[in-house]
Amino acid sequence: MSTDAPTRPLPALTPETEFFWTSGVDGRLRFLRCGDCYSYVHPPAPVCPQCASRSVAPEPVTGRGTVATFTVNHQDWGLMDPPYVIAIVELVEQPGLRLTTNLVNVEAGAVAGGMAVQVCFEQVDDVWFPLFEPAT
Amino acid sequence: MTEILERRSAITGLGQSAIGRNLERTNLDLTLEAVLAAIEDAGLARADIDGLATFPGGALNARDAGRYASAGVRDVQDALRLELGWSHGGAEGPAPLGAVVAACLAIASGLARHVVVWRTVTESSQQGSGSRAEVAHAAGLGNARVDGYRQWSIPFGAGSSANLLALYTQAHFDRYGTTREQLAQIALTDRANAADNPRAVFREPLSLDEYLGARMISTPLCLFDCDLPVDGATAVVVSHVDAAPDARRPAAHVHAVGTAMRGRPSWDQFDDLTTMAARDAAAHLWSRSDLTTADVDLAQLYDGFSFLALAWLEALGFCEPGTGGEFVEGGKRIARDGDVPLNTCGGQLSAGRLHGFGLLHEACLQLRGDSGDRQLDAPQTAVVANGGGPVAGCMLLTRGTP
Repeated sequence: MSTDAPTRPLPALTPETEFFWTSGVDGRLRFLRCGDCYSYVHPPAPVCPQCASRSVAPEPVTGRGTVATFTVNHQDWGLMDPPYVIAIVELVEQPGLRLTTNLVNVEAGAVAGGMAVQVCFEQVDDVWFPLFEPAT
Repeated sequence: MTEILERRSAITGLGQSAIGRNLERTNLDLTLEAVLAAIEDAGLARADIDGLATFPGGALNARDAGRYASAGVRDVQDALRLELGWSHGGAEGPAPLGAVVAACLAIASGLARHVVVWRTVTESSQQGSGSRAEVAHAAGLGNARVDGYRQWSIPFGAGSSANLLALYTQAHFDRYGTTREQLAQIALTDRANAADNPRAVFREPLSLDEYLGARMISTPLCLFDCDLPVDGATAVVVSHVDAAPDARRPAAHVHAVGTAMRGRPSWDQFDDLTTMAARDAAAHLWSRSDLTTADVDLAQLYDGFSFLALAWLEALGFCEPGTGGEFVEGGKRIARDGDVPLNTCGGQLSAGRLHGFGLLHEACLQLRGDSGDRQLDAPQTAVVANGGGPVAGCMLLTRGTP
């Protein structure tokens, strides 16, 4: 199933979020990570929520994770062409390090909670959307 | 125990405007109809009202306005030329019930004595074209890019709350084995109750087969799991408990409120994807009361999506976490003659999405004994819950005494 519908809305690139939305330019997914306690921070924030340190900076992750939960959207919300799979993926780096994304290169009926996935990117203009596909 | 200050308040007046699809009336017009009806119902005059509170207030930014717009405090104050000591309108709080909680606290502190609280929706008109304009509007399609918290969901096509709720519902299905047949009982119960509510929008019977055959919106949620956008306003008068005996009808006393917001207030970052903020608001509620679920005679639980009512049943402790599906199976326990009569007006799924205030209104009607053909046998205690995902608020209301 493809999700490369041309209507995917684009996020604004701000000083706080630009690194995330353009991270895929070199094929790597990045999250903010605390330089003091090494916790990952997402969505991006100016301080580490664990230790309140301000030394948070983008750091690449493996891009591997599992499907925490998913849904197959059938309704046309004027955003993308249905049907498509929306999932919350949890990265292997840290429990609770999650993002909402789309699962691609997989039949909707084959998606299951807990399945292993890996990041891939879809570039639209200046944004590299982190999407996920079954892990190899 | 700390004094429970919300207990100084009682709901003494109820009012509703016309409710329906595409009424082609303005938000303020509907609001004033409900507000004036509530003041009259309480046996008060405009001059008695010294406080106003509403969710979400009239000052929301334009991006949100399409979906959440409501007549604001200033609009109502000016239209009715009220002389106020206190007012409040705001969306960041414990769901729409937050406006009622704010009123209770104002009364407890002496800032006001009779506060009118309302929630008005014109979502049916907003969505009249079927374009789900709020999603496209929120996405900034055609002009600005998406920023703020929406940037983490809308670019992935998760534009509607239906998608976000579906993610939680699926997690519950996966972890606990909850089924669509079980979840259906929320929608079926609502519909059965709506048959006895002349103000409900959908009153014809709904069968399990019809439910299971309905088109999918976002798996595992089908059309009948999603509430019904309507136009309408609901208003209540919250008064100091000393004034409750003067009300025309028995007051619904505010016994306790639950307003906790713990964990992370976002959909995809909440710690447990099978519970929601309801879990913590409900725990907070019980921490402010000596009553238990066994004392509750009826439950008016937010059902913007069917799964929310099931999650509230678990959060409030009517059943153990994860057993909501089992609990509602067959529908007997949540029927009007069951252990926990649920959404006796038909809920938002059948009576219309009054954004939680319809459920509050029905709880008060039931406690007063004014629910007509759907009236329960002399209920004394009701629980009302509002919200889903990262926002939640709940209240215990009692008849006769705080």
